Formats: sequence, C-alpha cells, structure tokens
Amino acid sequence: MGDVTHQISERIPIHLVVNGVSHTLDLVPWTTLLDALRDHLALSGTKKGCDHGQCGACTVLVDGRRVNSCLTLAVMKDGAEITTVEGLAKDGALHPLQQAFIDHDAFQCGYCTPGQICSAAGLLVEGHAHDADEIRELMSGNLCRCGAYPNIVAAIQQAMGQP
Amino acid sequence: MNAYVGTPTSRVDGRAKVTGAAKYAGEFPADRLLHGFVVEATISCGRIVRLDTNTAQQVKGVLDVLTHANRPPLADKDEAWKDEVAPDGSPFRPLYDDTIRFNGQPIALVVAEDWETAKFAATLVRVEYEQHGFATDLEGERSNAAEKDKPHKPRGDAAAALAGADVRHEADYVIPTEHHNPMELYATTAVWDDNGKLTIYDKTQGVQNVHKFLCGVFDKKPDDIRVASPYVGGAFGSGLRPQYQVVLATLGALALKRSVRVVLTRQQMYGLGYRPMTIERVGLGAKSDGTLDAITHEAIAVTSRYEDFARNDTGWAEQLYKSPNSRFSHKLVHLDVSTPCDMRAPGAASGVCALECAMDELAVALKLDPIELRLKCYSDHDQSENLPYTSKQLRECYARGADAFGWSRRNPAPRSMRDGKDLVGWGMATGVWEALQMPVAVRIVLTSNGHAEVSCAASDIGTGTYTIVAQVAADALGLPIENISVRLADSSLPQAPVEGGSWMAASSAHAVLAAAEEVRKELLGLAGKIPGSPLAGAKLADTVLIDGSIAGASDTSRAVSIADAMRHGGVERIEKEKLNQFDEDKKHARNTHSAVFAEVKVDEELGVIRVTRVVSAVAAGRILNTKTGRSQIMGSVVWGIGMALHEETVMDHRFGRIMNANIAEYHIPVNADVHDIDVIFVDEPDNRINKLGIKGLGEIGIVGVPAAIANAVYHATGKRIRRFPITLDKLLD
Repeated sequence: MGDVTHQISERIPIHLVVNGVSHTLDLVPWTTLLDALRDHLALSGTKKGCDHGQCGACTVLVDGRRVNSCLTLAVMKDGAEITTVEGLAKDGALHPLQQAFIDHDAFQCGYCTPGQICSAAGLLVEGHAHDADEIRELMSGNLCRCGAYPNIVAAIQQAMGQP
Repeated sequence: MNAYVGTPTSRVDGRAKVTGAAKYAGEFPADRLLHGFVVEATISCGRIVRLDTNTAQQVKGVLDVLTHANRPPLADKDEAWKDEVAPDGSPFRPLYDDTIRFNGQPIALVVAEDWETAKFAATLVRVEYEQHGFATDLEGERSNAAEKDKPHKPRGDAAAALAGADVRHEADYVIPTEHHNPMELYATTAVWDDNGKLTIYDKTQGVQNVHKFLCGVFDKKPDDIRVASPYVGGAFGSGLRPQYQVVLATLGALALKRSVRVVLTRQQMYGLGYRPMTIERVGLGAKSDGTLDAITHEAIAVTSRYEDFARNDTGWAEQLYKSPNSRFSHKLVHLDVSTPCDMRAPGAASGVCALECAMDELAVALKLDPIELRLKCYSDHDQSENLPYTSKQLRECYARGADAFGWSRRNPAPRSMRDGKDLVGWGMATGVWEALQMPVAVRIVLTSNGHAEVSCAASDIGTGTYTIVAQVAADALGLPIENISVRLADSSLPQAPVEGGSWMAASSAHAVLAAAEEVRKELLGLAGKIPGSPLAGAKLADTVLIDGSIAGASDTSRAVSIADAMRHGGVERIEKEKLNQFDEDKKHARNTHSAVFAEVKVDEELGVIRVTRVVSAVAAGRILNTKTGRSQIMGSVVWGIGMALHEETVMDHRFGRIMNANIAEYHIPVNADVHDIDVIFVDEPDNRINKLGIKGLGEIGIVGVPAAIANAVYHATGKRIRRFPITLDKLLD
C-alpha cells in the first residue's frame, strides 16, 4: 500500500477568491470544494448534508453560478471566484434574500439555509423563475427537512419584488 | 403585559442562521483537531473473528484505529449506558466487544490528521466474521409477536361487540420503517484541553442527558466533561438518545489525548434510530346510526434483540371516539436490527394514521360524511381514565377547517371530482397528541443597564426555543426583546430534560416566569427601601415589571425604574435561578387536537399524486409565537406528506441491509411537492393546564396528515391503499 499512501500525501497548490479574499491552498486532489471551504478555510457556513449532491446544503456560487460544492473538486476551480453565505451581507447589511428569509421564517433549524439562500441568489440571476410554481421547481435541488418550503418560496418572491 | 407573547415575533437566532454564523456540532474548531471515520459491520448477526487494521495504520497521517480490542475502558454495567429516555433492555455499546447485533454497526474508528485520510484508511480495514442466522422481516416474523404493553385497560367486551356490530370494518394498515434524516449529519467534536477535560459539541436534543451518559460510560466526574449544542440542524427525535458517534469521538479523544471530530456519513446515519415499521390492525364496529359499539386496535412493531422500544400507537381512540367497548394492545417482534427511536409524534403518527383511515372506511360503509361520523362519536372525556379535558376545541377545529377548505362543496362519491384530466380527491382526518410538561430551571441575570441574560440547558432544535424564551422573558421582565440574550444547550446551565414530546414550550416558558418572579421580588425589596418610594409596603403579588420599571399592577404610574432600584441598593446585577415544577393534576386529561383536510390531484394514466392543498386547524392552547408556531405546523404537514406518499426505508431481508440509505432513494418531500398549506390556530383558552395556557406544537401537526391524504386518494380514485407510502405503482395495480 506504500504507493497509495505516497499518492495521498501529494498536494496540489490552488488559488481561490472566496468572498473577495484571495487564498492559496495546498490540497490533496480529491478534496472537494466543500471540504476546502469548511476544513481548510474555516468557512463552515456552507453545510455538508450528504456529500453526494443529493441535498443542496452545500450550494455556493462559483463565478456567479450555483453549484453543489460537494460534487466539485477544489482543484477544478483553480482561479475561480466563490461566494458563500458568509459573503452575501455587505458592510453588516443583510442581502435582501437573507432579510426575506428572516421576514418569512423560511427556516427552522437553519442547516439547509445557507444552501437555500445561495441557491436562491443563483436562481435570481438565472432569470428563469417568474412565479411560485417555477420557484418551487427550480429550488427543488435544495432539501429542507424542517419543511419550510412555502416560506422559502414566499421569501424568494419578496426578494424578487413580487407581492 | 403581553408585548411579545402571542405575537408573530421573528426568530432571535435568525441573523446567525442566514449569515452562516451559527455553528453546529461538527463545526467547532480545536487546536490539532483529529478526524475519525467509522468502519461498519456488513453482516446482521454474528461475531468478529479477525479485524486487521495493520494496513490502515500504516497510512501516513493515521494515528490510530480503535476497535473493541484496543479501546480505552468503557463501563460494563447497563445502568451506565441507560440514558434518560432509554427503553427497557440492554443498550447498544459501540466498540464494546466482538458481537455484531445489526448491519451497519460501528466496529472501528480510524483517527487521522485529516478527514480525507481517515476516510481512505477506513477502506483498508479488513474484517472476518462468523455469521449467525438472522431475521429482519417484520411481516415474516409476525407470528413471533409478543405483547409488550396494554396502553389502556380494556373496557367491556370489544371482541363480542365487534362481531355483533351492524356495520363492521377491520383491516391491517402497514407503516414502513422511516428515518429522520435531519439535514445536519450526526456529528460530535470532542475538544480536549491540556488538563484532560473535555468539551463535547454534540448533535443532541439533550445536553444534560448526553453529559450524564458520558460521565457514566467513561467513569468521569461531572466537572470533567461539558456538553454543548447551541445549534442543532434538525433532529425530530433522532437526538433524544446519545448517538454512537459521541461515544466514539470521546473514546478517540481519551485514547489520543487530542481533540477528535467524528461526523457520520448520510449512509451511516441509517444505522441509528428510526420510526419502527408497524402493522396496525384496527377494528371498528358501529350501529347503523353511526355511533360506535367497539374499537379494537393492535399494533405489531419492530424492535431490536436488545431493547424493547414501544410507544403508544393504539390508545388514541380512547381520547377521540366514544365507544362502550374497546381493546388495545402493543406487540413487539425482536429482530436483528438496531433499536428504533422516537420520531416526530412517535406512536401517534403511525397509530392515528391507521385509526383515521379506518374511520374513513367506516364512514363510507355507513354512507356518512366523515366529519359527521366523527361528531357522532365525539368524546368529551378521555375514556380510559374517565377524565374531562383541561380544554378540547376539536369541534371548532372541524368547523373552522371545513369552512376554510370548502368541505361543504365535496361530492362524497369517489371519482366524482375532476380538474381537467386529473382526478380530484378531498379527505380529512383528526389529529391528537399529548400536552406534557416537565420540570425546567432557568437562570436570569439582570444588570442595571436593563439587560437580561436568560439561560437554561434546554435545546433549540429548530423549534424556536431561543425565541419563545426571549419573548416570555421580555414580557415578564418588562424589557424590550432586544435587551434579552438567551443562552441554551450547555450542560453547565440550569436543568432541562431532552427537547422532545412537545413539552419544552410550556416547560421553559413557566421556568422563565418563575425565575422572573424571583428577580421581581429582589427588585421590590430594593425599590421599597428608597426614601419616599411609591412602592413602599407593596406586596409582591401587586407588582409587575413593565417598561424597564417595577410598578404597581393596578396603577403602573406607581413605578421605580430598574436602574434606580438597583443603584439605590448598590446592586450591579441580580442573579436568580429557579426550578419550576408543575402541580400534578390527576383530574384532567391534557391533549392537543387538530382537524386536517387534504386535496390531492391524481393523474390516473401516470399514477402521479400531488397534494395541492392542506388545511390544518389546530387547537393547542395559547400559541406563544404565531409566526414560528405556524412554521412548525407547516413543517409537520410536509412530514405528513412524506409519510403518506414518499418515505420508506427499504431493506433487503436476504442480507439484512438497507437498500436506500441515502436521500436520493429515501424520498422526502422537495419544494415542488409542497403547495398550499393553510394553518389555522383555533382559539383555545386553558386556565387549568398551566398559568399561560400553553400546550406545545412539535408533534400535533403531523398526526392525521397521512390519513387525510390517504383518504383523499381514496376519494379521488376509489382505491384504498393501506400500505404506506402510497406510491404510484400501488395506484396502477
């Protein structure tokens, strides 16, 4: 097994801009973007719920697009700009989605919430969701076991400026 | 006096949760933190013959592989392993010996410098087993069911009355095994300090339960270990008993004298507790006028070989429906599986589902509207003990719910309602749960700047405990809610039981009131001594805390500000801790109730079922927070949708292994599965149950929902599916 142990000790330098801050990391190649954020950059706002792309709790924005960071190897994103839930508020002012989630009680335990909010931020940019049904459909990659879905839809509608 | 209680107050922990600042058990940092990865058994019953960890040990970065053969000492008496909610039996002990009791049992912990290395090295552990025969199939072992419990004593002769009834309905309803699947993985970070003391951040619903358990299992003094869990990423019952990873993380920390984190994978979480599969046999015998003569309900449930997990599935008809004859029983089948545990509304979610489907079938047989049948049988008393209720507004739930839903427009004939090519079905059911309350202590520290810290060991598992404690404290202390800070879920804080059973709202709120009264007593003493005090000689009962002052209850202009009272007394802070115990009332039954109405639309060609509308009318005493309370009921309705249509843990009984141990194949509702949910809180003043009239909301919202949906599916399609979940293949049969 000597070969294998040698391989896992081989680390690769990568560069990420996370929430506007530059980081250089030396990572074993199979480190996911999720583990890079949580374990190597101490940004635990991005959550691990399944590690298999099944729950969406790990959703972050990579160059403005929402991705499951658990299905993304960090080395694949060398040079990318990453936005996590910690990077949404500006100068202490909450992002409109963050405020809307509080206003509509769009969470209970809060564990899926960073992924929901990042996913919703990506959704708003995509511009494909125009009504509640489309929001439901396009937010269905983000599971919420507390069952806050109707409030999540209402919060996103508020952030979209819909009544 | 009620500036906050009863209002739609936003969560006080909301900002922490939407910004990512809230830290969960597996996220607390520690110097030189090690990571543990669990190796699980792949057989269902037998013994470990050989466990080869040599290759794994040689991986660079691996510090140790802990097994039953090399672990530090663990308690050898069952008493140490029995936590405060343990069932009868001999609790499971991880890494204790070479015995394999269930598939997925942890048998080794690989500890490494980083998680990737631990995970990789875990694949190199080799195990040889001696396999023994095993059984995991409840239906195959039904004949081995043994009576565990009679939830209520029989009344009359139910068997004879059922046999002789004008109209009789009797059937089996099958509820599958379900897993909680909270979004947060089961996790523990055991932080080792140089004095050998441990701070354990654990995903639990009861920090003091885990604290006492760990002290027993590892033979530690209370001061050696502190357990904290400030945020819990959902639990739903899965964190009531200590989870095995808390033992493993602590074991690793003690063995290596370093901090250790153990986070289970989603797959590994299926090796812990679950809602047990049950076969619910319900018999209803009625006169032709729709009054009941007989109710029988027998539950046959899974448990492990080593513990008797049993909950009240069957007694609920005693609360709901008048019948001169009744008989209930709960039987267990011991199988080679891990012990089930409480899962949202344990017992009731399954048992009332069967009862309420059976009532719908009886209504059809009697050609009665399902609400009319329930009103004909409505019980004003808990029949088992012949007790009146502290309050029971279930009639109003039926009326308000039916009105909001538009029930009067329902054509009772199955397959009679359509929307385009979809069949439309309307169904309803009743929900019932207990209104429990437990001793809880709260500490309040009031400082002269008008800020109060309120602390208690209770957990907030997403239920809103932080928020309601802040609301009650703000009102009781007469301060704005921004001036209240709440600390929870630390074993060093004042006493609280596990957060479960829907008891924490009433229990914590009254503990806050009790502690606030002690604060007021001290303030009155200080205020009364001020020369010319408007409160000189005032009795405690005649005072209130309001607008930052202590004042006369009947004349709030007779007031002394908190700041003045404390300054005159030369006091900077007032610290009071009080344990609240509720008076035992054996003369009344205490329950919450609901009426649930569901609309389904069924595409008959594809079998696709959508729940397009749910109205849940709930009577649960005073609602402390209408915003978070509504969310709790809404979330429970979503759980009910999952129970009705999606959720099932599927086991391959040839191997005793779960086949869908992930959240892609174990289906839970997603956003697109959930449409309109209307929550109605029916006014239910209750001055008997407790001072504030609080009953609790954690479980009532799920009870009845699966049955209402199943009854709606029958109404839409004419097909009665008695084996849950109602998946499309069952409709296409």
